[in-house]
Amino acid sequence: MASRRNLDPTDYRRERNLEEIRVQAEATRQLQVVGQPEKTSFPRATPEDGYYGLPILKKTPWTWEIPLYFFVGGAAGAAAVIGAIADYTGADRELVRHARWIAAAGSVISPALLIADLGRPERFLAMLRVFKPQSPMSVGVWTLLGFSSGATAAAFADFLTRRYGPSIPLRVLENAGQAASLAFGLPFSNYTGVLIGVSAIPVWNRNATDLPLHFAASGLGAAVGMLELMGHHKNRVLHTLGLGAALFESWEGLRIEARSNPDLDPLKHGASGFVTRAGGILSGPVPALLRSGSFFSSRRRSQSLRRWAAWSAIAGSLITRFAWMHAGRQSAKEWKPPVQREAGLSRQATK
Amino acid sequence: MSVTAFLTDATLCIGCKACEVACKEWNGIDEDGLQFSGFSYDNTGSVGASTWRHVKFVEQAPLPGLGGNSGEQVSWTFSSDVCKHCGEAGCLEACPTGSIVRTEFGGVFIQPDVCNGCGYCVTACPFGVVERNSKDGRAFKCTFCYDRQKAGLEPACAKVCPTESIKFGELEQLRQKADERIAELHDRGMTDANLYDPLDTSVAGVHALFIIRGDARTYNLPPAPEVPTIYLKKAWTSSALAAGLLFGGTLLAFLSAGKNGR
Repeated sequence: MASRRNLDPTDYRRERNLEEIRVQAEATRQLQVVGQPEKTSFPRATPEDGYYGLPILKKTPWTWEIPLYFFVGGAAGAAAVIGAIADYTGADRELVRHARWIAAAGSVISPALLIADLGRPERFLAMLRVFKPQSPMSVGVWTLLGFSSGATAAAFADFLTRRYGPSIPLRVLENAGQAASLAFGLPFSNYTGVLIGVSAIPVWNRNATDLPLHFAASGLGAAVGMLELMGHHKNRVLHTLGLGAALFESWEGLRIEARSNPDLDPLKHGASGFVTRAGGILSGPVPALLRSGSFFSSRRRSQSLRRWAAWSAIAGSLITRFAWMHAGRQSAKEWKPPVQREAGLSRQATK
Repeated sequence: MSVTAFLTDATLCIGCKACEVACKEWNGIDEDGLQFSGFSYDNTGSVGASTWRHVKFVEQAPLPGLGGNSGEQVSWTFSSDVCKHCGEAGCLEACPTGSIVRTEFGGVFIQPDVCNGCGYCVTACPFGVVERNSKDGRAFKCTFCYDRQKAGLEPACAKVCPTESIKFGELEQLRQKADERIAELHDRGMTDANLYDPLDTSVAGVHALFIIRGDARTYNLPPAPEVPTIYLKKAWTSSALAAGLLFGGTLLAFLSAGKNGR
């Protein structure tokens, strides 16, 4: 290896001039200091800080539409599952209907959000040219298509039946739509976890196993919360499901906090860490405590606690999706190849 | 068709940026804006939507031999960065429209008339090459001068390089050339010269090799790039488990609550 001398930055006599220009430019805000290694007045490229500390990865170009879509899609998918199973087990008709409406509303809002975020929205249909199993986004788009068709068909048939009375074609449409919304709703409620898990962004791909489960629980919590706020705050099944989702989210939060991988720092430190924790607390421990508390309270107090739990879970789910997007951006900016890892992959030629 | 590649030799690069200019002229790319980065003479920073070739001005601790200033000061090496055209390309696998394809020359090419700007390739690139153009909305990166190669010409950057720091040719031949060049550099005392060619990683080798001195990380080249598809199995297994739990849990909850579900 070459001998390298550590030089004091003040030794750069002849480069002083450049440094002065830098200081001036910084003072007049002409300088875009993106990622200068700390404590160096002079730019240096090093194995520790990389190329002047500039990020290697590109940040995701996705704006607020995508995390909002994660929230809407997650809740709509879980609502469709609740609605279909409630129907098959002969539960309250009103619950089935409301769940269908949430799913149908999500089916309309989701594609709108997705299309709005495209760089070329008029080319949305290019997504339907191919089906690529190796691309989670391609699989997701087709899942969304199946889910949307099913959920809107079921809700539409339900609406027509109520208005014009039952008929066989409507019954068929309703059942087929519901079956499709259940079949597609199950992956639809969690595939967004796969979508960001299968990426080059360290904080996302290090959680590839956790994310789908985490997003499924988050979606379930939000769907249950919405149904409760639509007047089903006395339903015991929803209460159980909400408690399950909140307990899972609490465990997920503990899991994130317990791991000490530096790639997970954006989930724990800085602004993205704060948002992640806020989302985690609102989706996990808060609704879990409120729901547990409602078991031991008077009827009126119990219902009020459940309403608070519902609001908390919905807010938590929404914030959680934004938190993961925020953490992803932070991770792309901060990530450096670990210095401990041997750079043995570049070949040294032997004479 | 044979697999073509770039071999970019940082020990020969003089930082003239002719490759950047030739690339921009041939491909008609936008300007990057005029911003002062304060980092050496590099005011662009990295490859991106409007920079398909990018010369890094690497100022580092003094190295003997080529690419240094006088001994007391920093060593100044230059390296022209470009899309790596991975053997297993994250962007290509991620693209939901089939816009990104593998050409007959082994390069990775974004068909601009198909791309709808979903941005998924941007998060899938382990080298941070692909970027969405904020004005245009679509993703862009080096095309490996697919049009020129089709016409039997070499890419514009390689054609214009005055020191032959950028070499273009058949991948295996370039690997051989690189080994010879590195042996020569070692003979001349630059024992830290090495080839950046992440063959044993999940990106399955790259079609843009780099001869560099010292640690690849100094050049923002990740020593162990990963293609995101390696996470597919984990993530979909978890997704299936989540779907199963959601279905089973909901069914159990409704069934145990009895006929009325109340």
